[in-house]
Amino acid sequence: MGAHQTFPRGAVRIHGLSKSFTLNGAALPVLRDMNLYIRPGESLAVVGPSGCGKTTLLRVLAGLEAPDGGQVRIDGRPVQGVGTERAVIFQEPRLLPWLTVLGNVAFGFEVRGVPKAEAEAQARQNIRLVGLGEFEDAFPAQLSGGMAQRVGIARALAVQPEILLLDEPLGALDAMTRITMQDELARIWREQQVTMILVTHDLEEAIFLADRVLVMPREKGTPPRLIDIDLPRPRDRSEARFVAMRRRLMAEFGLH
Amino acid sequence: MVLQLLDPPFQAATSPAAAIRRRTGVGARGFAARWGLLIGFVMLWQVSSTRGWVNPAVFPPLDTIAAALWKGLASGALLDDIAISLRRSGIAFGAAVALGIPLGLFMGQIRAVERALDPVLQLFRQTSALALYPVFILLLGLGEASKVFVIFWATLFPILLATIGGVKQVDRKLIEMARTFGASRLTVFRRVVLPASVPAIFVGLRLSATTALLLLIAAEMIGANKGVGFQVMNAQYNFQIPLMFAAIFLLAGLGLAANIVLVLLQRRLCRWADMTR
Repeated sequence: MGAHQTFPRGAVRIHGLSKSFTLNGAALPVLRDMNLYIRPGESLAVVGPSGCGKTTLLRVLAGLEAPDGGQVRIDGRPVQGVGTERAVIFQEPRLLPWLTVLGNVAFGFEVRGVPKAEAEAQARQNIRLVGLGEFEDAFPAQLSGGMAQRVGIARALAVQPEILLLDEPLGALDAMTRITMQDELARIWREQQVTMILVTHDLEEAIFLADRVLVMPREKGTPPRLIDIDLPRPRDRSEARFVAMRRRLMAEFGLH
Repeated sequence: MVLQLLDPPFQAATSPAAAIRRRTGVGARGFAARWGLLIGFVMLWQVSSTRGWVNPAVFPPLDTIAAALWKGLASGALLDDIAISLRRSGIAFGAAVALGIPLGLFMGQIRAVERALDPVLQLFRQTSALALYPVFILLLGLGEASKVFVIFWATLFPILLATIGGVKQVDRKLIEMARTFGASRLTVFRRVVLPASVPAIFVGLRLSATTALLLLIAAEMIGANKGVGFQVMNAQYNFQIPLMFAAIFLLAGLGLAANIVLVLLQRRLCRWADMTR
């Protein structure tokens, strides 16, 4: 691809980030003075119980929510709203039902004003990347859940983002499809050299995909903890060190 | 693997001939189930009229009605009526579409506008257009304007309300998705909101087309000297009962034709909506 890819970009610096929601008139802090540096090309998983603020963190990074305090910088530039260097993969595929697979994948590029032909050429490449080459002309209603989510992934990759934000992307899939898709995500991350920030509630998924895991506690007083996953890739879910790491992560949540 | 290998030959062995036989069987039975009652009704009418089971002066045989229809069409008398009726309802329906859809799209997008206008809309919608017809006659006279306006009035609200409803029920998640790709407000509207609202808009259009015909006939019966609705009334006054029925069937035909056009258009534009069902 382009020469710009030889210099890895997509560094994320989170500085003093805080965000709270108002619930029944009372302010409910979700993120409190959070600091974090994410290296270019790193794969970071964010895990934690529901209500710990992991999805809020991702939405702030995506630019869908504005923080109350603090700042997010991407490659040194402060984040304001959504940006072309980031792409989001949601829990639901969020495909436009009136467009074919090709139309959906090209959509992200087209709304940025890229000519249709160019957007579709790029889309075709990414559809092949997620293994749906034969389904270009299918409509979302004709796809299975796993296939639809692949289309969502292809759409995010088609815009060639530096940073891929994933909000429990495999949460709605069945267990077997999920394992296949985890392999796919690991491959895509390796091949595309993007920074990947993955919110998940699946500890095994976090260990399988991430370089580091950010553990967000439910209690807002305790600061989030970072755990390095220094296992060789490709990772084997049944290997002893993998299992030990899972046990260690479970212990973080008081599970044994 | 084994299952995958077993499956296709099994299907292939049973499918071609059996499937065709099954399909034709279903076809013939399907035809009877769908059209049987209608054919029976037509036959019953014809027989009971010619045999004198019902008064043929009130229910003339269908061939007499067909002859009256043909005579009216061939002489051009009914064609004039059809033309003027189509013009009245066409202008009114077109104006309602031209105003209702853009206004509905706008109102559905902006909550404040929708909330301010909704009570007024609900009131107007619940006020029968026919009850307002005398008011329109007072304002616009007995000519074409009042007739077109009463049809316009009645057709505007189904289109407007369906469009507003369609825009409001667009999945927020799809809009958010488009925004994350950097789509501007206008692009989100054009690429997400508009296509997502099309099925709902068509529901309104079909409802309106029916209403347009209904109001057309009523308006032509009350104060017109031309038009298919007028012909129904006029033929009855002059005791030309076959002509009266001919005009009635003509109106039914117009309604069916309008619906078919809209259904075909809907199929073309909303192929995806059918697949979801």
